[in-house]
Amino acid sequence: MSTHHTKEPILEIRSLSKHFGGVKAVDDVSLTVNRGDVVGIIGPNGSGKTTLINCITGFLKPTKGTVSFHGKDITGKKPHKIADMGINRTFQIMRPYFSMPAYKNLVIPLSSPRAKRVGGWRGGGKHGDRDTVAVDILEELGFERDSRVPYKMAGTLPTGYLKRLELGRCLALRPELIICDEVFSGLSASEISSLVPLIEKLNGQGITMIMIEHRLAELFRVANRVMALSYGEKVTEGEPDEVINHPKVREAYLGSEEDF
Amino acid sequence: MFYDILVYGFIQSAALILMAFGFSLVYGVSRLPNFAHGAIYVFTGFIAWALFNTVGLPYWLSVLLSILASGGIGVLIYYVILRRVRGMEVSEVIATYAIGLVFLEGLRYAGFRGGTYTLPVASDGVSFIFDVPVDHQRVLLMILGFAMVALIWLLTKYTRMGRALKGMAQDERAAMMLGIDSDATAAVAVALGSMLAGVAALIIFPLGSLVVEEGYKVLIYAIAVCVVGGLGSWAGTVIAAFVLGYSQYMTVAYGKPHFQMVVMLLAIIATLIVRPSGFFGKQKQLEERV
Amino acid sequence: MTTETTQKRRERIDRGIKVRSESLYALNSFEEIAYLLTPRVLLIAAFVLMPLILSPWPYWGRVGLSVCILALLSISFDFLANYVGLVSLGGAFFYGVGGYMAAVLNTELGLPPVLSIPVATLLGAGFCTLALLPCLPLRGIYFAIVTLMYPLLMTRIIEAFDILGGTEGFRGIDGFSGFFTEQYGLILAMFIALFGLRRFVNMDGGLVIRAVKDNDQSVRASGISVTRTKAKAVFLASLTGCFAGAYYIHMYSNVGISSFALDLSIMPIAATIIGGAGTLVGPVLGAAILVPLSEFLRDFGSLRIVVYALVLTGFVVFRSEGLMNYMTRKYQQVERWVKI
Repeated sequence: MSTHHTKEPILEIRSLSKHFGGVKAVDDVSLTVNRGDVVGIIGPNGSGKTTLINCITGFLKPTKGTVSFHGKDITGKKPHKIADMGINRTFQIMRPYFSMPAYKNLVIPLSSPRAKRVGGWRGGGKHGDRDTVAVDILEELGFERDSRVPYKMAGTLPTGYLKRLELGRCLALRPELIICDEVFSGLSASEISSLVPLIEKLNGQGITMIMIEHRLAELFRVANRVMALSYGEKVTEGEPDEVINHPKVREAYLGSEEDF
Repeated sequence: MFYDILVYGFIQSAALILMAFGFSLVYGVSRLPNFAHGAIYVFTGFIAWALFNTVGLPYWLSVLLSILASGGIGVLIYYVILRRVRGMEVSEVIATYAIGLVFLEGLRYAGFRGGTYTLPVASDGVSFIFDVPVDHQRVLLMILGFAMVALIWLLTKYTRMGRALKGMAQDERAAMMLGIDSDATAAVAVALGSMLAGVAALIIFPLGSLVVEEGYKVLIYAIAVCVVGGLGSWAGTVIAAFVLGYSQYMTVAYGKPHFQMVVMLLAIIATLIVRPSGFFGKQKQLEERV
Repeated sequence: MTTETTQKRRERIDRGIKVRSESLYALNSFEEIAYLLTPRVLLIAAFVLMPLILSPWPYWGRVGLSVCILALLSISFDFLANYVGLVSLGGAFFYGVGGYMAAVLNTELGLPPVLSIPVATLLGAGFCTLALLPCLPLRGIYFAIVTLMYPLLMTRIIEAFDILGGTEGFRGIDGFSGFFTEQYGLILAMFIALFGLRRFVNMDGGLVIRAVKDNDQSVRASGISVTRTKAKAVFLASLTGCFAGAYYIHMYSNVGISSFALDLSIMPIAATIIGGAGTLVGPVLGAAILVPLSEFLRDFGSLRIVVYALVLTGFVVFRSEGLMNYMTRKYQQVERWVKI
């Protein structure tokens, strides 16, 4: 559980809407994320969580509303520009470079302008060093350094490692804000319980996080604030306990109460 | 002059519809870019010529047989080549284009060149439309151009095969789950598309002479019409044929005929850059670029 | 399973010598060093000796150079198609732009070949990259179609506006000072392109380019501009193509709209697919097969193109891995049938 409460807003979403034809995938959603927060976004399938993320990270252009980062308007900027500013995301459908070894997957973000500018990884940006840095990051994420896992083709890795690889891409960019799109889904209970401390560790390093999740129990271990969406609209927002006891949230999640 | 442009631009547009509709049909139904389209067009013309002049069959029979032959070539191209590379778009393009080259350059090697080979026109008469003289072959071209569009439209609406084609065009997987044979339908589509190319050849060739170069030209015209109209969109194909047909005729009327091709090439490049899904298509933008 | 038929599957195992010579231990024995170096040495030796062998027959010397020209164009195609994911059907565009650029520099500004070729290569590559820039977001078939149109448009524009010498083109362009200059200049350039690109694709910058082909969304999410990355790759490919065009027109002292001809777009594709796509060496091999073949078929006119097109179709449909990948496999692995 995060303890930083400096209340310095870094990401502000104001009445954001995204319509596909007549469908309001996201409708008038506002959210403020403070530095050091771990904000959970919950909601049933099709409630617009991923669309919201796509709008924040520039993969979709919002129909209405604004997104600002450190007070700077970033609405509708190109995805690579937003990533370059320090907002980095994982994909729900994992997108590794299947034909490259795991560690080479991280050489790509390490070659990005942001990594060169912000740097900070041991060894810095020179050619050759990136491989070492990549393995360092993978080790931090639980790829055993001396095993062959970091050197295996990404296409042959199991889901748990691919999820970590997605996080690794974010870490390589030295992010300020990581947006995770369902990192826990598709993982076994033991895999999740090894990921949770990792998320806490990253948050402890000062990285702000937004997490879209279906696995509420695990999410509530790490999140300090939660927003619930339903049919693209914001239902409620607040401390995890408040949100979960909100009647509309209970209604939306009825039938899956064993999760709590 | 105004009526000239109106009438002959219309004829040019109808010719473009004839040239492009087969290509559009095949892509629309099975997402197969048939780059052998122009070659089939020329080849059908030569088959008809050979059946009529060398074999000595009556003209109507030569026409019928050559159209059937073009359908046969379409089926062969599908089963021998396209079926094996289906899904790999670039291989489809390269393989069909190469097969087209085989036909066209094979004909050139066989000695078909220059303006010596012609097909007879259906009738020598001349009619007047808005006081503009139009020969009967061109009248036939206009009528058949639209008759074909109407025929295909009726086919897709009222026959089982046609509905299968339409189903494939919308969602191949769903259609396959409903028991539609993807291979057979695609083969039918390629065959139909090739026959349309054949029909177009037999109507348009009598206006000029049979030359191999027409094959390359027709392919580019077909691509231009389909790209501007939106690849795979049939309504778009018709609208785009008019836009391009009139602009082509204008360049001929007011400028040099040289610019006819420039218009088409620029139309392709500009459309793909500005709006790759075409100006009249309803495909999603995301499919072809991010 | 209770079926009587025994099923078999083909098993491929790396040869011992291949595994041993992968690491530094290869230096332990001459056999392993030889295993490692033979293919490379053979390739280099073949091209270095070629001019010496062919010097009594200048005509065949030129044929040898045509192999190198086609190899350059094919390397450019292979790099774009299989490392960047941009399948260009318009290789003639690079070639023609390079050729015309060199012709103008040489005849109008009087630059000698030593200058006109590199300057034309650079300027031409810049021009091609700018011209293709708006098409870079296009994918697959759309990029293929648009690139197919570029060289056609160039010829039609030159014809219609009667610029750059119109249908006549330029004549009287300076040639090279001697047989061996001409030969080794081109062979050296081909090696630079081949080994340079092969090295580049394994460096970090090359890795980013390959990542775009694998998964461009992730590249975006990594804060890297996909369009800029593609533009860099197109620049490299057009450098290679423009150089080929610039060099060729100095060899034959003239340039015309045939520099944008379709053959020049099709031949590199054929050479790449026959030789082995995605290897960069394969295209050289393909060129070394196709060019002599085309010389033997020269008397048969357009039958040449028929033969190419048939071979190309055959390879695309039935043997899409190409010769190089096939040979590499045979060289590095043993195959056997195993019952399952």
